Amino acid sequence: MGLGAFFTSKLDEAIGWARKYSIFQYPFVTACCGMEYMATACSHYDIDRFGAGLPRFSPRQADVLFVVGTISHKMAPVLKRVYDQMTEPKWVVAFGVCTCTGGFYNNYATVQGIDTIIPVDVYIPGCPPRPESVIDGLMKLQDRIAAQAQRY
Amino acid sequence: MDGAAMLAELRARFGSDVVETHEHRGDHTAVVTREALRRVLAWCRDEPSLAFEMLTDLTAVDYVKYPGRQDGPRFEVVYHLYSLTHNHRLRLKVRVDEDDALVPTAVDLWPIADWFEREVWDMFGVRFAGHPDLRRLLMYEEFVGHPLRKDYPIDRRQPLIGPAS
Amino acid sequence: MAQTTQREFMLGEGSGTGSGSQNLRVGVGPAHPAMHGIIRITTELDGEVIVKADVEIGYLHRAFEKDCEEGGYNNAIPFTDRLNYVSPLINNFGYCAAVEKLLGIGVTERCKYIRVIMSEISRICDHLTCIGASAMELGAFTVFLYMIKAREFLWELVEDVTGARLTISYGRVGGVKADLPDGFAERTAKAFKETREVLDEVHRLLTGNRIFMDRMIGVGALSREETIAYAITGPLLRAAGVPYDVRRAQPYDVYDRLEFEIPTQKDGDNYSRYLVRMAEMEQSMRIVEQALAMVPGGPINVDFEGRPVDPAWYVDRGKQGKTEGLLLVPITLSPNLLGSERPAHERINAHDKRVVLPPKETTYGSIEGLMNHFMLIMEGNGIRPPRGEAYVAVEGANGELGFYVVSDGTDRPYRVRCRPPCLPPMAALHRMIEGEMVADLIPTFGSVNMIGGELDR
Ligand code: SF4
Repeated sequence: MGLGAFFTSKLDEAIGWARKYSIFQYPFVTACCGMEYMATACSHYDIDRFGAGLPRFSPRQADVLFVVGTISHKMAPVLKRVYDQMTEPKWVVAFGVCTCTGGFYNNYATVQGIDTIIPVDVYIPGCPPRPESVIDGLMKLQDRIAAQAQRY
Repeated sequence: MDGAAMLAELRARFGSDVVETHEHRGDHTAVVTREALRRVLAWCRDEPSLAFEMLTDLTAVDYVKYPGRQDGPRFEVVYHLYSLTHNHRLRLKVRVDEDDALVPTAVDLWPIADWFEREVWDMFGVRFAGHPDLRRLLMYEEFVGHPLRKDYPIDRRQPLIGPAS
Repeated sequence: MAQTTQREFMLGEGSGTGSGSQNLRVGVGPAHPAMHGIIRITTELDGEVIVKADVEIGYLHRAFEKDCEEGGYNNAIPFTDRLNYVSPLINNFGYCAAVEKLLGIGVTERCKYIRVIMSEISRICDHLTCIGASAMELGAFTVFLYMIKAREFLWELVEDVTGARLTISYGRVGGVKADLPDGFAERTAKAFKETREVLDEVHRLLTGNRIFMDRMIGVGALSREETIAYAITGPLLRAAGVPYDVRRAQPYDVYDRLEFEIPTQKDGDNYSRYLVRMAEMEQSMRIVEQALAMVPGGPINVDFEGRPVDPAWYVDRGKQGKTEGLLLVPITLSPNLLGSERPAHERINAHDKRVVLPPKETTYGSIEGLMNHFMLIMEGNGIRPPRGEAYVAVEGANGELGFYVVSDGTDRPYRVRCRPPCLPPMAALHRMIEGEMVADLIPTFGSVNMIGGELDR
């Protein structure tokens, strides 16, 4: 390995490490899962320990989109718009079975999985997922962020 | 006034405009004609011995698949009234056919009827004559049909974006 | 250009503000940072004053009413969990009460008490979330953290009883899923102690807080008459001075035997609503404490001829077909089915084989039990109320929660209508915010406590 390549790969690692611990999330909270999201964010489970403590309520300042709760067909264009407004690099977490597959709801009003609309990086199943599994999902996302090729 | 007395009073006052009255499990119901509906509602609100200040609920039922009622009027619009003063309840109903699904509005009697009526229009396609702004309440404008009708299949999706699957 | 004072500018009166020419239209939502819940408010602004507002809902419409028509009577219970997902237990019991009324059956004494206890715990959770979230939107993040901390203690209680934190599906037509676990009263006492500490702290942080008061007092007010005309119930109506509470006006379960007050205020503004909610939490705790002291039937004694029985042994015997006589012995399957074993099951469920599923021991241990289970679960069988309709109202956390169920005599509800307590305040929201500043929209919306699942169903 040449010296240049060595430095690039080390730099990649360093940036990946930095990125994975400085997640700014945009909680796109619509439904019941939001209650569990609140619980995860607060003192008992404290998502801040994983460097994801600060929600950013503007899509332009966020890099992880947490889609929390059922997405109805009426809401789908809004979700797409929010996703499009986020700047690269960006990741998407599907929180709860409603967002993963439609889950509990299979009827005329609900979208059968947000991956029919936007790309998803991590799926957290559960109705709603317990805070433990949310944290597990977050750690999976962090691994993914650290391992991927970094663009800067 | 107890429920039975209320129904008797309604019958005495509105005669043949009260199509039917009954009591089931302690709930008292009167079915009235569409022509008399507004008079009955206004009287229920203003008559001091009834004093129904609150329209707690307004909804509809589609009877097209109800055993024994397939041929009758298709929709029933149901009003649930409650009186704070006397602490009693009453249910009023009006029956309408599918091709003439039009009921006079109650918005000027109780402003809450505004949204309830919009919801009934959205879900059942029953229109309300005199409603100031009869838009859909829950579904989007592009949606075709009325989902709570018995003949609307539960999984017929009409997505705005994404696959119809 | 003439000098425009700040106040004139805010009111859109001075020069350079575009006054007289055109109002500004601003859309708030559906995904807005300072609002929990997805609705869209299209406002027309004159300067910073809202002249006209149009509220659009339906972004969380999940076809609750249609889904209920698709399955049996008990299958609708999980859907009711997700109506008001902050206090799902009240929805469960409201729906069950409506079906029970249709069937014309009652529930056991112990079950009534359990329903009261669990409803009140749920109500506290709801108020905690409401106040916490709306305080956070006003910048008081600490309050939010404290409130959620208290809610977590209560959720632990809920989890002990129901096995789930949020989507509990605990109600059953004719009873509840499981009995209260051992030691529940002590754990409740502990959780309430923590909750009271939190409430005390919040009182000190908010109730006399200058900023909080300035933003809440006199804001979002609705007169008594208008509140009634809009059929608004619950804390909002009580904040306007009307002591209407379904628990007192038309007592269900055992509320008529318990002592509690109905807190009221007279101004009908956001601050009054906050005070009403704070006071109601204390009353709810009082109710739970009384109910726990009065609930009949003590803890369950697990015994078989005086000896505790190993559940694994019981299951093994059942698998080998050695079931003779087992139907009669009072043994339990704990810990696997905590609280839903036979002795507990009989105390908390109505004795009606056409409605209530048999306890698991009976299902697995005897052919009669299996048949009974089968008859209630299979399509075309199940619970079949006689034809008719019933409306039942219970006091939800946001007001009168009504269920109107129509039966056509089959095993599926013909129509289930939920009368959502937070739809009327949302319909009146434009009346509360018109004429106020844009910034006042946030506390007003918070104090209405809109819950999407219940509003849009
Ligand atoms: S996954 Fe379950 S808890 Fe989450 S939004 Fe959907 S129905 Fe609600």
